[in-house]
Amino acid sequence: MSDRIFGLILTALALALFASATQLESPFFADPVGPKTFPMLIAGAALLSALVMISLPDQEPNWPNFLTLKKLGLALLVLVFYALTLKPLGFLLPTALASAILSFQISPKLVGSVATGIGLSAGLFFIFKFGLGLSLFPFPRVLFG
Amino acid sequence: MEIIDNLILGFSVALTITTLSLAIAGCVLGTIIGALPGLGPSNGVAILIPLAFSLELDATQALVLMTSVYYGAMYGGRISSILLNIPGDEPAMMTTLDGYPMAKKGRAGDALVLSGVASFVGAFLATIGLMLLAPILARVAFYFGPAEYFALYLLAFCTLGGIGAENQAKSAIAVCLGLGISMIGVDNSTGMTRFTGGNLHLYDGVDFLVAIVGLFAVTEIFVFIESRGRDSAIGVKLGRISIPFRDIFNTRWTMLRGTIVGFFAGVLPGAGASLGSFLAYMSEKSLAKNKDTFGTGDVRGVAAPEAGNNAAAGGALVPMLTLGVPGSGTTAVLLALLMTLNITPGPLLFNERPEVVWGLIATLLIANFVLLILNVPLVKLFTKILQVPASFLLPGVAMISFVGIYSLSGSHFDLLLMTGFGVLGFTLRKLKIPAVPVILGILLGGHMEVSLRRAMVLSDGDWTYLFHSYISIGLWIAAIVGFVAPIFLRSYLKKPDFPGKEYDS
Repeated sequence: MSDRIFGLILTALALALFASATQLESPFFADPVGPKTFPMLIAGAALLSALVMISLPDQEPNWPNFLTLKKLGLALLVLVFYALTLKPLGFLLPTALASAILSFQISPKLVGSVATGIGLSAGLFFIFKFGLGLSLFPFPRVLFG
Repeated sequence: MEIIDNLILGFSVALTITTLSLAIAGCVLGTIIGALPGLGPSNGVAILIPLAFSLELDATQALVLMTSVYYGAMYGGRISSILLNIPGDEPAMMTTLDGYPMAKKGRAGDALVLSGVASFVGAFLATIGLMLLAPILARVAFYFGPAEYFALYLLAFCTLGGIGAENQAKSAIAVCLGLGISMIGVDNSTGMTRFTGGNLHLYDGVDFLVAIVGLFAVTEIFVFIESRGRDSAIGVKLGRISIPFRDIFNTRWTMLRGTIVGFFAGVLPGAGASLGSFLAYMSEKSLAKNKDTFGTGDVRGVAAPEAGNNAAAGGALVPMLTLGVPGSGTTAVLLALLMTLNITPGPLLFNERPEVVWGLIATLLIANFVLLILNVPLVKLFTKILQVPASFLLPGVAMISFVGIYSLSGSHFDLLLMTGFGVLGFTLRKLKIPAVPVILGILLGGHMEVSLRRAMVLSDGDWTYLFHSYISIGLWIAAIVGFVAPIFLRSYLKKPDFPGKEYDS
């Protein structure tokens, strides 16, 4: 079933790619192939293999159960949070928070996770800032203007 | 003797303090990365690339550092295979079959030393093979026009999809996904933007480093969280380490055979180290008179796959350097490194930048001796690394990946995109769709389109031009055979069951 659903998604993507390619207008000075042919070929190949995937699905994969899915969702949220806050909040705080939460996901021990968060945040900051010379701001930039 | 002159040039590059220390640092880092279960060579090289840029190394130095990491990871992969029964990376999977039983019999030290020596034999001879074969192939590649390159890229996708995967349609889908993603952004020959959906961030296209780190490192974080607790490995105690001279002597032909099989498996575009170790193990087993001992801690079952996997790692550099077509996931990552450094691999590289190629080869020859020392007398140090808890390691990997990509672009959009690739990679892993063809597609898509369009310009739109030379016809046939033949060979190439079979390299 999963294979079929994914195959359907890919079919839609392939059709979208194809449709979007036909919208491209070749400039008059373009080469004989132009900017749309190759994407259309890819769309065709994708469509074909997606149809095979729909008609001959493999065994159902072991999807994670609800509890694990919740954990994965939280991990995803943490990564998105990290991506969004790394710049405005500076390096130390988001890194400590994100790595502590991720660590807790893998091994749910409060003290260990907090230690991991603080240790990674401080340790990596020193390596990145002084070892590799990256321009990282340790604290929120607003505080320093 | 051209080779000797070239080697002298190479060693003059390699024997500088900077290059040597980079090589040694790369070997140490690589062995650590290889030893850590779940953090494979492609992963490790991928997260280190952005950091290498921040060191502002020149092309040769960056390449030396990363290739040493690559070689080191190939050596180190066996450590957790033997001690934990968890392959440190996918090519080391075959080593679990006899390495772990051997360790359980109390011969863990012997297994580590023997496999270290086998790794050295494989990698060292393969580096010599690279030295001899690459210039020849580079000369052949001079006859390649756009039509031949188009067929060659197709061949790489087909063999990667055919041999590597269990389901041809799924590999094809993976390739198409990658090619489709590579189309996003400005079309270089007409200057128009394609498939960006109006998003300004996508005008430059999807940076392949973002895709690679997302698909490898971020995916690994999700996989790790999901599988937490399932990999309950029981470690084997490591006693004193002595050198099992008799075993090494007795497996000398095994190592040589493994090296040859592995090297050629590696040279095949798209096949790579996993195939090398697999074929080396299987051919050794079929040659052996007493097959029953395989799987119960046979020394040949330890020596063959390790020689094969490291030889394939060297072999995989041949098509990457001479043709710009990577032979495996990790060489795809190395190709990404080259492309970011503005170096176009191919025959011209050998003529115009000989110091890069020969400096690299000379450094690899030296690196192998460094790795032999690290992996035989000092192997005990690296076994300590296995005790680093995952709850510390994985967040560390995540943060390093994010900061690495952030240091390249400084935009949160790339970080979000990378997270998106991580989710995609996890979904693909669950559906058993290989991720390596996606990366190869993203890397090579642009080149493939350019060669198609150049070929059509040359022929003025005549599509039969794609088959105009014997080389291109040969490549097309090889591509079709490489894609279709594994369907029929599948019953022969059935892989044994492994602990944690889902790794990809």
